[in-house]
Amino acid sequence: MRAAALFDYACRLGDDSLILGQRLSEWCGHAPMLELDLSLANIGLDLIGQATHFLKLAGDAEGEGRDEDKLAFHRDVLDFRNCLLVEQPNGDFAQTIARQFLFSNYQELLFRQLCASTNPTIAAIAAKAVKEVAYHSRLADEWMVRLGDGTAESRARVVEGLDWMWRFADELFELDAAIEPLVESGIACDVRKLRPEWDARIARVLKDATLEAPKARRGVNGGRVGRHSEHLGHLLSEMQFLQRAYPDSQW
Amino acid sequence: MVSPMPAAAPSLKDRVFEILAHVPDPEIPCVSVVELGIVRAVSDKTVVITPTYTGCPATIAIEGDIRAALDRAGLSQLKIETTLAPPWTTDWISDAGRRKLREYGIAPPPKGAAKAALRETSAECPRCGSSRTEEISRFGSTPCKSLHRCLDCREPFDRFKCH
Repeated sequence: MRAAALFDYACRLGDDSLILGQRLSEWCGHAPMLELDLSLANIGLDLIGQATHFLKLAGDAEGEGRDEDKLAFHRDVLDFRNCLLVEQPNGDFAQTIARQFLFSNYQELLFRQLCASTNPTIAAIAAKAVKEVAYHSRLADEWMVRLGDGTAESRARVVEGLDWMWRFADELFELDAAIEPLVESGIACDVRKLRPEWDARIARVLKDATLEAPKARRGVNGGRVGRHSEHLGHLLSEMQFLQRAYPDSQW
Repeated sequence: MVSPMPAAAPSLKDRVFEILAHVPDPEIPCVSVVELGIVRAVSDKTVVITPTYTGCPATIAIEGDIRAALDRAGLSQLKIETTLAPPWTTDWISDAGRRKLREYGIAPPPKGAAKAALRETSAECPRCGSSRTEEISRFGSTPCKSLHRCLDCREPFDRFKCH
């Protein structure tokens, strides 16, 4: 029971990082400026590094011989446990930044808490990654301000991008029955408690960006139980192509 | 020159550190994996290493290079283990490593208080020593570096991010 819950939790953490890392890699060679190309690729790399560690933990917890590559490349869309936010298409640069802004601020707060996880592997990954994620949230914060308080065009685009991504924020802070036992044993973080600080951080940046938070609406969820938007399947068809076409091929 | 008296045979640990002191970082070959603080511990059976950044692609190359160096020295029995905790910090880069980075044209990270300095941005130009510099990009050619420009000598340069 405990092993199944840990597998589920490690997949959630790993899949968030893996899918967003894959999304960001789509920018490679296409970003508006060379420096941004480097930034988005670097962030993607950090995230895929996190995913490697979390999915290895998941495979170990499961104990059926699946390693991180098996879990990344041989699971089907319904088995992924990432939140819906990270699988959303890149859209334009402003929409990508809006997604990064919401996610990295959440992930930084989450990893700060997970540094104290009673699972030593989760604590070690979080302690290592939190220093990197601080760079991600800072880049996203700065670009929110630059775009929001920029030209009429950049402002209109970031308003639209944020408006699209906003509906997926609530899911980040939901705790369901599958994870509750892990919260009680100090392995997982009670994400509901992160919301006030996240709200404050988001509000502070939006104020600097002269933007208003989109109107509250009914949040969309389901990613944590494998109910995904249509976008994830398309992402996986590209990410998993090689291993699907040539199973277990190695570099 | 032959020393008159053979010194006591170096311990295995000293020998391994001496071997690894000649294994360069694959991305920044002016410094060794020891100077970067990647080698954390050496025992009779294992060499413990730690990755710099979570997703650094050089991690695999570094492990391969260390393996090859140990094998060449006849130390195939030593296993390599990777640990994540405690997390690597630029505070572990040795003084010699910092000097070599500067000579190579990469501004070394400030020492100590890595965490507090994480968000601090002024860097010293490795070419002319000026501290009148500006950041061009917080993300550079590798995960561990950011890109800067000197306002005095006008040269762009990399900086090892404080981490």
